[in-house]
Amino acid sequence: MEIIDRTKQPQIRSIKKAVLLKPAKYKLDNEIPVFAFNAGTQDVVKIQFVFRAGSWFQSEVLTAFSTNKLIIEGTKKHKGAELASEIDFYGAYIELKAEKDMAYVSLYTQNKHLKNTLPILEEIIRQPVFPENELRTFMQNQKQDFMIDCNKVNFIARSKFNELIFGKDHPYGRNADAEDFDKVKTADLLAFHQKFYRAENCTVIISGHVNHVTIKDLNCYFGDDRWKQKKEIKIPPYKITTTKTRENIIIKEKVSQSSLRIGKILFNKTHPDFHGLQVLNTLLGGYFGSRLMTNIREDKGFTYGIGSAIVSMHHSGFFFITSEVGVDVCNRAIEEIYHEIKKLRTQKISKNELELVRSYMTGTFLRSIDGPFAIADRFLGIYEYGLSYDYYDQLINTIKTITPVQLAGLAEKYLSEDSMIELVVGNKN
Amino acid sequence: MIKFDKFTLKNGLKVIVHQDHSTPIVAVNILYDVGARDEHPDHTGFAHLFEHLMFGGSVNVPKYDEPLERAGGENNAFTNNDITNYYLTVPKENLETAFWLESDRMMSLAFSPKSLDVQRNVVSQEFNQVYLNQPYGDVWLLLKPLAYKVHPYLWNTIGKNLEHIQNATMKEVKAFFKKFYCPNNAILVVAGDIDTSTVKRLTKKWFGNIPKGQVHKRNLPVEPEQKSERTLKVERNVPYDAIYKAYHTCGRTDEEFYTVDLLSDLLSNGKSSRLYIELIKKQKLFSEINAYLSGDMDKGLFIVTGKLVKGVKMDKAEKAIIDELDKIKKTEVKPKELKKVQNKVESTLVFSEMNVLNKAMNLAFAELLGDTELVNKEICHYQAVNPSMIIEQANNIFKKTNCSTLYYFSKKK
Repeated sequence: MEIIDRTKQPQIRSIKKAVLLKPAKYKLDNEIPVFAFNAGTQDVVKIQFVFRAGSWFQSEVLTAFSTNKLIIEGTKKHKGAELASEIDFYGAYIELKAEKDMAYVSLYTQNKHLKNTLPILEEIIRQPVFPENELRTFMQNQKQDFMIDCNKVNFIARSKFNELIFGKDHPYGRNADAEDFDKVKTADLLAFHQKFYRAENCTVIISGHVNHVTIKDLNCYFGDDRWKQKKEIKIPPYKITTTKTRENIIIKEKVSQSSLRIGKILFNKTHPDFHGLQVLNTLLGGYFGSRLMTNIREDKGFTYGIGSAIVSMHHSGFFFITSEVGVDVCNRAIEEIYHEIKKLRTQKISKNELELVRSYMTGTFLRSIDGPFAIADRFLGIYEYGLSYDYYDQLINTIKTITPVQLAGLAEKYLSEDSMIELVVGNKN
Repeated sequence: MIKFDKFTLKNGLKVIVHQDHSTPIVAVNILYDVGARDEHPDHTGFAHLFEHLMFGGSVNVPKYDEPLERAGGENNAFTNNDITNYYLTVPKENLETAFWLESDRMMSLAFSPKSLDVQRNVVSQEFNQVYLNQPYGDVWLLLKPLAYKVHPYLWNTIGKNLEHIQNATMKEVKAFFKKFYCPNNAILVVAGDIDTSTVKRLTKKWFGNIPKGQVHKRNLPVEPEQKSERTLKVERNVPYDAIYKAYHTCGRTDEEFYTVDLLSDLLSNGKSSRLYIELIKKQKLFSEINAYLSGDMDKGLFIVTGKLVKGVKMDKAEKAIIDELDKIKKTEVKPKELKKVQNKVESTLVFSEMNVLNKAMNLAFAELLGDTELVNKEICHYQAVNPSMIIEQANNIFKKTNCSTLYYFSKKK
């Protein structure tokens, strides 16, 4: 039996450089770009249509979201229930997502059923009718979900914080009210769909077991000119209006925890300092051993979870720290958060801690490229911004080489305490 | 098909190895056969509190998370009625760190008083955040003791109440560890770009000298058959009324499990399911509806729950649910509808095997159920279900006398 020393960690070995699979590129007859990632052990495929049809493009609130979610509720040929039955029968799944910038319609299917499920995808993307009955039922139920969410301090904090930093008229800061759910009309959705769910406005990403037959079939269903639209899409120039009030509170009686958000407008992933900020963010609140978790959860027991994030969007970006803390310890938690922010600029990180963050981030990167769907997502993450794969090489390089002085410099430049907007939803005692 | 190798150490530790060369990470899953059901009724919430303490340092390793992060790894854990499951992923180059960490904390925790204090607070915050500070958060605190009167499933994993957690002593915590956290009570799974001989070597190296613990036989009180309907009405500060109906049903290892699981799928899995179409789309009585099986090891619950659309009366909503249950009790499901849910199960299994961590967890759980091959055989059990089996189980389960109903009313403003 090998002699072991339990007091010493087994030797850490350097992790082999991750090779990110690059896509095979195709173009449909009508110029729609198709990127294919043939990988993985399972005989399944994900076909993802990416449209520039997020909430950035809507003129009325909830339009982008509703259009995306309701394409599946009825087409020219089939009722919603029939479509659902067919999709379910083949064990397939249609994923619908509408975010700030982009909207996604994805089909997950076993390859053996692709010939039955691809036509359904074509129908819902190209021929939805947004039936009035389904629309009303959907909006009514969404409204109920919304009303329940309005009782969650976490939800209120998230919505209100975006409003505070972007301004309530900016697409990134604008939120729906309860009344807005009753105002959505079929005509609005048809118009939005016509304008944005078009051939020139989309990209297709396929991942899993992809073969030439898939591309050929894709061209049959989606490669024609009939869903092209020559009109140019004009969006008003939106201006960010950050609140002048640094400390904000929304009182909620009878809650045992307050939700906190502290942060600010920053920039998106095309900015040269973005990678450095990612390292800084991980250190502060991006993993379980982060400064915030170590202090506020593990040392003080004020919370079940605290973290920070940098968010990149096409037209901007922001940074925030978030947590739910006991009402009785809310003020102290906020103090400690600012204390940790300050430390980033005033104290150089130790070599030991920096090594830990480097290793952790390298591991995270590996996990983020595990499997064909993840690989495809990484591609989408740069493609949407017009970036090249160099982006990931640079990220790995920054993780490996960024210095304590550089990190402190970034903290000084971007994360000073008085540049933050603070929001408490609940109570401070 | 998930291929695997299996071996058992002298101290009783069961080890399963699955090779997957398509991924750069290795998943390590260690399942301890202890859950909330193993707690003493006056000291509940222990298994879960314990899960937290497992991260507070072991006898040779002062902090669990830090060395793992240093190796590029990530981890998490969960506790439920039946098991406590720890899982981590590491780049394959640093697999040995996983063995070092897991074996040390199986051997002995550090049991620091500060760690106990902090985790008591963290768990109290969790109790607040998840059960008290959320709309509908306390449903399970109410429903479980309604459905169960004797069996330990009557309390929740988080504990009966905050006091049990706040009063936990170091002595009790140590005793709990000694009883349940031993190699013969654990299942270790390693899955990824590794080979079995390496795993065997590492397992013997790090886990080999951990002494076998006392073998204890589970002897839980059996829940007596429920003979009459139970109901509970509460009023809470929530915007909409909700209903929760809990029927007693089979355990995870019972033969009828697969039938009952498909029964729940027929009722509410997906947008073409019966309850969704009837109660949400057609009758517009509910904004949300769900029917599912608890999946507990011992006899569990079949839950039907929904949020009522504003203005709908509770008795009308409840009657609509019961009418749907009556339909499935009365008329055999058509072959095409059954095939649909069987296809969905097959698809779910195929997609779940894309992820090495999922595979590791499924292997551990299958081993716990008594047959590791279940990871490959379960699909056959689902495909063997026929319409007469569905109708038989529906009639078994959906009886008024077998039901505990929680009426969760929105407080009148």
